[in-house]
Amino acid sequence: MLRKENALITLTNAGVRRDRKWLVRGITMSVHSGEIVTLIGPNGSGKTTTAKMALGLLGVNEGTTGRKKNLRIGYVPQKLQIDWTVPIKVKRFISLTNKISDKEIEFALSLTNTSHLSNKEVRMLSGGELQRVMVARAIALSPEFLVLDEPVQGVDYKGEDAIYNLIEETRTKLNCGILLISHDLHMVMSTTDKVICLNGHICCSGTPGVVTTSPEFKDLFGERMATNLAIYQHNHDHEHLIDGSIKK
Amino acid sequence: MLDDFFMRSIIGGVGVATVVGPLGCFVVWRRLAYFGDTLSHSALLGVALALLLQINITLSVFITSVFVAFALLFLQKGQKLSSDTLLGILAHSTIALGLIALSFMTWVRVDLMGFLFGDILSITKQDILIIWVGGLLVLFCLILVWKKLFATTVSPEIAEAEGLNPQRSNFFFMIMLALVIAISMKIVGVMLLTALLIIPAASARHFSTSPEQMAIISILFGISSVLFGLFGSLEFDIPAGPSIIVASLILFLTTISKNLIFKNS
Repeated sequence: MLRKENALITLTNAGVRRDRKWLVRGITMSVHSGEIVTLIGPNGSGKTTTAKMALGLLGVNEGTTGRKKNLRIGYVPQKLQIDWTVPIKVKRFISLTNKISDKEIEFALSLTNTSHLSNKEVRMLSGGELQRVMVARAIALSPEFLVLDEPVQGVDYKGEDAIYNLIEETRTKLNCGILLISHDLHMVMSTTDKVICLNGHICCSGTPGVVTTSPEFKDLFGERMATNLAIYQHNHDHEHLIDGSIKK
Repeated sequence: MLDDFFMRSIIGGVGVATVVGPLGCFVVWRRLAYFGDTLSHSALLGVALALLLQINITLSVFITSVFVAFALLFLQKGQKLSSDTLLGILAHSTIALGLIALSFMTWVRVDLMGFLFGDILSITKQDILIIWVGGLLVLFCLILVWKKLFATTVSPEIAEAEGLNPQRSNFFFMIMLALVIAISMKIVGVMLLTALLIIPAASARHFSTSPEQMAIISILFGISSVLFGLFGSLEFDIPAGPSIIVASLILFLTTISKNLIFKNS
């Protein structure tokens, strides 16, 4: 399962410690081109920390990390707080780290339904609008490796759907590797190739089907969630009856 | 032209305003007002060391500022105290150390008020040379790193993830800030220096829609403050450094009242 060669990023037994406490430990994972890997887990389980190790934003205190040379990265952080005094329009924000043509900027904004915002100041955006603009920005870079840390927080229900579809389309179109952090398990299970379930360490990992039926997953998210998701994954081959029994 | 002290003051003051404008924008964007204050307070220690070691004052102030900046970085890493507490500790202990060092040197007569609140009217041709050469050097470096420094200011995490090097940008920024403090000290003094950094930039905010625009407008506001301040100082016979700051304050108040009127209409 761990193809080390050709991976965009690899973490091997990686861990981060702060003040004698391990935030995460023993993380072994990799992301390849064209693959969507999703990190799930409760609050404080180390999802963002793991993503930051993968990005190289956090040094590891044990284990190793590897990244493809000159890897083009697009990053949507969990939070972005721009000081009120910084005058920056959406258009300028899109090309913050790389030169991007006006045409490409417009196209990227149209993907997340935010074309009308291009001349607005970033600080005037609502939470959901900013989130869409950040996703557009990351995609506009045409990255080889895309990291999205809870990309739909604050986005309305319809927009959420659209962003997940966009993420999947982007994977196909750019053939990039995607590391996704999400709370929306239903969405995650339908689009992702590999799920990594975190709680300070990797509890379980594998395809969505495998993970949702594993006992560790049930422990972490509760029996009900696990069963719901299992229905979602397996509804093609069996049915759950009201009394809990299964009809093939 | 340079033989007239008032002309020298104007040329020196305009040079300083030109370089503090864009740098002041970064100080405002990054919420570093207190940091700037700490660095400029430490300049007094730099002055004392220069007199003690018989070296150039500008050079000594620059080195002291850089040293204090890195001391702060070091303390931030190891300590649980918040940054503003650490800054307060550094700002006032460097002032105190500077004053004590000066008091020991009974053989030098120093114009303490001049160092604290500026002595622009006694500016020499050599001072002007230092201001313009140093200022242009800082501006040139700033233009080189502008885009990276701005990206780092907006989001250090995005910048680093997407291949920039925020640590390097921050390092350059600190060096530039220290250099600007060293060359501007003569104009408004160590106590008022931060005001010259942040007031024109804060005034420019309401008129700007891009970072470059804000930098240029704050240069213009800075230059106007220097000119109005100097003429005011001559006209009303008031000290030049404070007069420049008050001029920039009046400009700032005008801009926010203008903004209020716009909002109401």
